[in-house]
Amino acid sequence: MSAAAQTRIGWASVTPALLWTLVFFVVPFAAMGVASLFPEGASGLSLANYTQFFANPSYWLALVNSLEVTTLVTIISILLAYPFAWILAFVVPERWQRLALMLAVLPFWTSYVVRSYSWLLVLAEKGAFNSALLQSGLLSDPVQLANTRAATIIGFVHFFVMLLTLTIYANLKQLSPNYRKAAADLGASPVQAFIHVILPLTLPGIMVGAFLTFVLAIGDYITPQILGGNNELLLPQLIMMQIGRRGDFASASALSIILMLVVSIAYLACARWLKIERA
Amino acid sequence: MMARIASTVYAAAIYGFIFLPVAVLVLFSFQGTLFPIPPFNGPSLRWYHAVLGDARLTAGLTNSLVVAIVTSAIATILGFLAAWGFARFHLPASALLRGLITLPLTVSYLIIGMGLLIFFNWIGLPKSLMAAGIGHVVINLPLCFAIIYSQMGDHQANIERAARDLGAQEWQVLALVTAPILWPALFASFFLSMTFSWDEFVIAFLLTRFDTTLPVEIWNLLRAGLNPKTNAVGSLVFGISIVLAIVFELVAFRKRPQ
Repeated sequence: MSAAAQTRIGWASVTPALLWTLVFFVVPFAAMGVASLFPEGASGLSLANYTQFFANPSYWLALVNSLEVTTLVTIISILLAYPFAWILAFVVPERWQRLALMLAVLPFWTSYVVRSYSWLLVLAEKGAFNSALLQSGLLSDPVQLANTRAATIIGFVHFFVMLLTLTIYANLKQLSPNYRKAAADLGASPVQAFIHVILPLTLPGIMVGAFLTFVLAIGDYITPQILGGNNELLLPQLIMMQIGRRGDFASASALSIILMLVVSIAYLACARWLKIERA
Repeated sequence: MMARIASTVYAAAIYGFIFLPVAVLVLFSFQGTLFPIPPFNGPSLRWYHAVLGDARLTAGLTNSLVVAIVTSAIATILGFLAAWGFARFHLPASALLRGLITLPLTVSYLIIGMGLLIFFNWIGLPKSLMAAGIGHVVINLPLCFAIIYSQMGDHQANIERAARDLGAQEWQVLALVTAPILWPALFASFFLSMTFSWDEFVIAFLLTRFDTTLPVEIWNLLRAGLNPKTNAVGSLVFGISIVLAIVFELVAFRKRPQ
């Protein structure tokens, strides 16, 4: 077959996917960019949707809230998941590990909306948590947990502990046991071996997991809306509110682009750990 | 010894945390009264009857299945063709174009949905299951492409060459040689796409109106507050997903052709 015919077949096979991405991803994204520059009520081109973000404290606050919640979620999830993944990888006998891991991610299989709702069942004023503590006498009055930032964080941490356990476990299993042995031979205590050998070696994996957690959490609307309620808005809630209540597509577009910029900054900050390579 | 005990206690606590909401969800789906809160007074199947008798929920279930199957098939086929094209032919700017196809992976669903909402609004495509399905292909295509592309090895190229030498047409090579060899990757792509489409909420929420998917119907149910019917439909989804996961486990990992 001639080189030209080869190239023709090659183009024919990659074109459908390229076109799909172009028409339904690149063009809509550009449309969003253009829409953000034509604010409601203004005539013609204007940056008002972006300047209002810095001028209007409630918009600015949504970003601050989002960053605070997401950072807390990322840190708590890593701190909880790391020892758990360690136990699964090094304490649980080899032949039980697969089962132990599958059990650890079982609730992944409920739908995302339902998983947030099921935390509401636990945290509600008359829910499982409060009634258990009231009955046991540990509490005299129910605690307000639903519709708080704490509820949002609990819901997020639940999801990301499962996700991070998977990634950190995979990371730990890839390490040769020789590292630990060598550290021990050279006189390191288990704690020293962990801090100076294992932790640095698993850091890239942790950073990938942390980045994933940050990106998925900061863009999520469901968990803060169901568990946090409307007392305190996160950025995705603000975006949805612009469309839902006000039908203000221009402002929602501008906020979406700001959200994307935040994610891009996070990506650049982690870029040295995030080399996505293929075989 | 102390370390072992500490490990066991810690692992038990994390398992407890992971399972607590799901256990509460399933338990109170069998609640006999109107509220899914303690005390438990079941077991009763009344809320399961209510779910199966709810036309909106059963329609949502069917819609979700159809959207998941159709969009996953499209994403897998497009991803497979593109992976084959990039792996087997020398195309100009290949790295850049591959990057373009995987780009949507880095953007959150909310933003993809927003962009499509504005775009469809402009071109006059009404909100519909098809609009949401287009969005689901956008989020799943990069994934399918990446999975299949990573499995395109050189030994397969040799087998394809042999087929061509024996007189096979290009489409015959693709359908009768390449696809069967890559079947585990194709299956994994299709299955993962189905899972993501099945569970996807925000794109479907933004892009559908009357006919919608199950996650959106469940969302609508949440407006009524805590309701054992939501528990029942949630438990059903959980059950269906676990059965699918077991099927995946059996098909993809037990029968790996060597």
